[in-house]
Amino acid sequence: MVSARSPRLHVDGAILGYKRALRTQNTNISLIKIKGVDSTQDAAFYLGKRVAFVTKNSSGKFCVNWGKVVRSHGSNGVVRCTFARNLPPQAMGGRVRVMLYPSHV
Amino acid sequence: MTVSKTPRYYPAEDIKPAKKTHLVKQNPPRLRKSITPGTVLIILAGRFRGKRVVFLKALESGLLLVSGPFKINGVPLRRVNQAYVIATSTTVDVSGVNVKHIDDVYFGRSKDPSKAEGEDVFFEGDAPKAAIVSDERKEDQKKVDEVLLKAVAAVPMLEGYLAAHFTLTSNDKPHLMKF
Repeated sequence: MVSARSPRLHVDGAILGYKRALRTQNTNISLIKIKGVDSTQDAAFYLGKRVAFVTKNSSGKFCVNWGKVVRSHGSNGVVRCTFARNLPPQAMGGRVRVMLYPSHV
Repeated sequence: MTVSKTPRYYPAEDIKPAKKTHLVKQNPPRLRKSITPGTVLIILAGRFRGKRVVFLKALESGLLLVSGPFKINGVPLRRVNQAYVIATSTTVDVSGVNVKHIDDVYFGRSKDPSKAEGEDVFFEGDAPKAAIVSDERKEDQKKVDEVLLKAVAAVPMLEGYLAAHFTLTSNDKPHLMKF
C-alpha cells in the first residue's frame, strides 16, 4: 500500500472573520469554520486544540502564527480562536490548520 | 525582669525577614484511562508524527515511555507527552517486557565534557552532527523489542498496522472517529 510521505494530522479550517457585532469587531478573536464540523457538539472535540496560520514571508520561508480554539461560536460548529498575533484582515477567507493536539482521546 | 541592651552591632539598613514562600507541590499529569500498558498510541507531533507505537509505562514526570518497536517503524525507546498522543483501543501484550530500570534520568541530557570549548563551536559551522546512540540504549532497545516483537507477531496484521502511518484523508472527521 502506498502511504503518504508526510501524514496529514490536522483538519483544515476557513477564516471567517473577527468576532463582531454589526458595526464593531473584536480583532483579538477570529472565527474559524472547521471542515466537517457543523454543530456545537462536534465542535466540542476541537476545544483547546492548537491552530496554525501558515504564511510565507518575503524570503520564502514558512512562518507560523500559533493559536488555539477557545470556545464554540453559535450553534453551527463555528469556533472562536485566539492567536499569538491577531490574524490580519487579508487572511479572511484563508486557510488555517487545526491540529489534533492537545489530545484528550 | 530582664533588661535587653541594644546590641553593639546592627546593620545600617533594616533587613526584612525572608518571606515564607508557599511551595505548591506540582503533581505530574494524570494518565488518561484510555492509556494502559500495551496500548497502541498514535503520535500526533514531533519527529515521529503519524506513527503508531506501543505504550510501555508512564514515567514519574508524567511522560509516556514508548517503543516502536524499532524494527517495525523506527521509533526507539522514547518519551512522549500524553497531550500529543491519541490512544487507540488496540492493545499488545507487554506483560513480558521489563522496563523497570528505565526512568526519566535515563533520558536526561548528559553533560559532554569534550564540548566545553566555546570557541570551537562557533567555528564549526552548520554541519549536522549524526545522533550518537549509546550502546546502553541499543542494548535496552534490543531486549525490550525481543519480547515486543513476539507479542506483536502473535496478533494477525498488527505488524503491518504498526508499520503504517496514521493519516487523515478527505472526508475523515476526527470528532466522529472511534480510535
